[in-house]
Amino acid sequence: MGKVKVVHYINQFFAGIGGEEKADIKPEVREGAIGPGAALNAAFGDAAEIVATVICGDSYFNENIETAQAEVLDMVKKYNPDLFIAGPAFNAGRYGVACGTISKAVKDVLKIPAVTAMYPENPGADMFKKDLYMIETGNSAADMRKAAPKLAKLALKVAKGEEIGSPAEEGYIPRGVRKNIFTDDIGAKRAVEMLVKKINGQEFVTEYPMPEFDHVAPNPAIKDMSKAKIALVTSGGIVVKGNPDHIESSSASKFGKYDISGVMDLTAETHETAHGGYDPVYANEDADRVLPVDVLRDMEKEGKIGELHRYYYATVGNGTSVANARKFAQKISEELRADGVDAVILTST
Amino acid sequence: MRLELGKIQIKDVQFGKETKVEGGVLYVNEEEIVNLVLEDEHIKSVKVELAKPGEETRITPVKDVIEPRVKVEGRGGIFPGVINKVTTVGEGRTHVLSGAAVVTCGKIVGFQEGIIDMSGPGADYTPFSKLNNVCLVVEPADGLLQHEYEAAVRMAGLKTAAYIGKAGANVTPDTVETFETKPLNESAVEYPNLPKVAYVYMLQTQGLLHDTYVYGVDAKKIVPTILYPTEVMDGAILSGNCVSACDKNTTYHHLNNPVIQEMYARHGKDFNFVGVIVTNENVYLADKERSSNWTAKLCKYLGLDAAIVSQEGFGNPDTDLIMNCKKIEAEGVKTVIITDEYAGRDGASQSLADADKSADAVVTGGNANEIIVLPAMKKVIGTLDFVDKIAGGFDGSLRPDGSIEAELQVITGATNELGFNKMSAVTF
Repeated sequence: MGKVKVVHYINQFFAGIGGEEKADIKPEVREGAIGPGAALNAAFGDAAEIVATVICGDSYFNENIETAQAEVLDMVKKYNPDLFIAGPAFNAGRYGVACGTISKAVKDVLKIPAVTAMYPENPGADMFKKDLYMIETGNSAADMRKAAPKLAKLALKVAKGEEIGSPAEEGYIPRGVRKNIFTDDIGAKRAVEMLVKKINGQEFVTEYPMPEFDHVAPNPAIKDMSKAKIALVTSGGIVVKGNPDHIESSSASKFGKYDISGVMDLTAETHETAHGGYDPVYANEDADRVLPVDVLRDMEKEGKIGELHRYYYATVGNGTSVANARKFAQKISEELRADGVDAVILTST
Repeated sequence: MRLELGKIQIKDVQFGKETKVEGGVLYVNEEEIVNLVLEDEHIKSVKVELAKPGEETRITPVKDVIEPRVKVEGRGGIFPGVINKVTTVGEGRTHVLSGAAVVTCGKIVGFQEGIIDMSGPGADYTPFSKLNNVCLVVEPADGLLQHEYEAAVRMAGLKTAAYIGKAGANVTPDTVETFETKPLNESAVEYPNLPKVAYVYMLQTQGLLHDTYVYGVDAKKIVPTILYPTEVMDGAILSGNCVSACDKNTTYHHLNNPVIQEMYARHGKDFNFVGVIVTNENVYLADKERSSNWTAKLCKYLGLDAAIVSQEGFGNPDTDLIMNCKKIEAEGVKTVIITDEYAGRDGASQSLADADKSADAVVTGGNANEIIVLPAMKKVIGTLDFVDKIAGGFDGSLRPDGSIEAELQVITGATNELGFNKMSAVTF
């Protein structure tokens, strides 16, 4: 790769056009570097050059996101750059959101590497840190001198497809992606060292900061079960014998949907478990132990429930990632809702 | 209790006419091992194969790894309550064939056995690639149910390890280390100014092939109790489980528990290491509550200032880990917990199935979902038939050329939660 061609995005303020009173200006493009672009060009040396700068008012962008995005994308496309940089936005909220939005669009739509920079508490940071490399800056433009070289360095790496180091090494806001690393000491030694520090009231760094936990409140109870349509959903891996969907025994990447119309009882001949987390003998002998079709058929006959839904859904909840589980749940609940299901019995293992 | 651990360094393993150790080489008599294993009518056949560091060898499906040891002085014998009488162990002297291991293989459930590569990228993730392994490939008698098969393979491994261990009885060890834990009051008098710490040792006991044994007792059926750390070195805790290969504690891990080693290393300097609290990871809520209540109670009763809590397995046991941490912290005892992560193949998911603010000091063995590619190996001990099915494998994991693309989860010991490895995870 020769000299990397860069298009830079800044707001009206950093372009020197004006403050809040000029925040409604429409996107415009100028040749070469403007404002903070000079600091980036200096940091690039001979490796890259800003060929054009797109300027847009923060109010205009945020109030007309779709139009503004399309207009900016058109301008960027014309220059066919190797790299797109937005900001730094520091702690300017609407500027941060604009930098994140347009960088993601350039990356996703134009397939051009895009990088931005802002203060971690800028609302744009939380919205886009998972999608983009975002250099962490101070909360005001006073930090430009420090931020520009870091931004230029990371942007070049991203443009060239080089391996990106850890947030601590590169200076970007952590994207929430866990990666394995080899360490100098074994885990037990690290644990004992951490314990000694904790006892002595010294500072220590946990290797896994606890996340905010996603608690789901149950829906209100059904008043009249005798009219309710009930569906069965399980993470216990009960599938049609032979596991036709090849659901994995652990870390499932999919779920299955199986027709049980007319099925009164699950048997060793018809159903089995795909789950790899427990001794399958008892579930395979009688899958009703995990997915109680037989009992629900009885209740259907006795009029205790309205009806059992004709499909049941199954996946394997063994090491399956929360992201996959959430995705399955969204899809399954959409279908259940469309089918007029009133309540779901969730069974595990 | 005072235990001397005499380590005999084993640099090579070979078949021989007599099972013995000579010049750092372990010789094993194949026929005697086969006869020993076939004493059990549940076993149809057994193949004994050797695997050495650096070889292009893949061992799978691996069930357990066991270090050969023998008691040469003091009460009782190795693996008490199972191989030897249920005498309390942990005193006197024990010889270790360090650098050797017995590896049991068999398609017990076809789901939760693991892979050990003796070379290549996979070898970096398992401590067992560095050992001279005597592998037992065990075929069950016809019609044997999974749990009966598991019990038979477990006994075969322990019997073989005890048999091989005897070869070290009269060999002068290369090194002798001494570990001593005194009764609580005595150690408190000896170290009046040091904080008191203990190790809360969670054992996998989810049942249905997820069991661990303490002096021969199925640990599902214990309430949390106290052990001298040296008892563990004599085989008081034995693995009997088929959970995901990466974070199950094999019997080898128990015998060489690194938390115990590292706590002894700082004992009398930074703190007073008073002992081990063993507890379980049962699936019923009442059991989880009872056990975590009791670990917290015992921590308080021992007058601890701090404790390390280690986990085994993942998912359901995450709740036991967090309950233990929360309740022990609530007693004013500081904790560090050791776990591993299931953050998805892309690393973007929540890593544990439970969380609490009090768990502010965590050591992780890494993300078990991360993908690894293992090149084909020249020799396979066992069978590749289950690679797509074992936890961490998926449809197409085993490629036509014999290479494997799978999650780290498939590798025995890869994300160990006793902190056995030099691995962690960071947020990128």
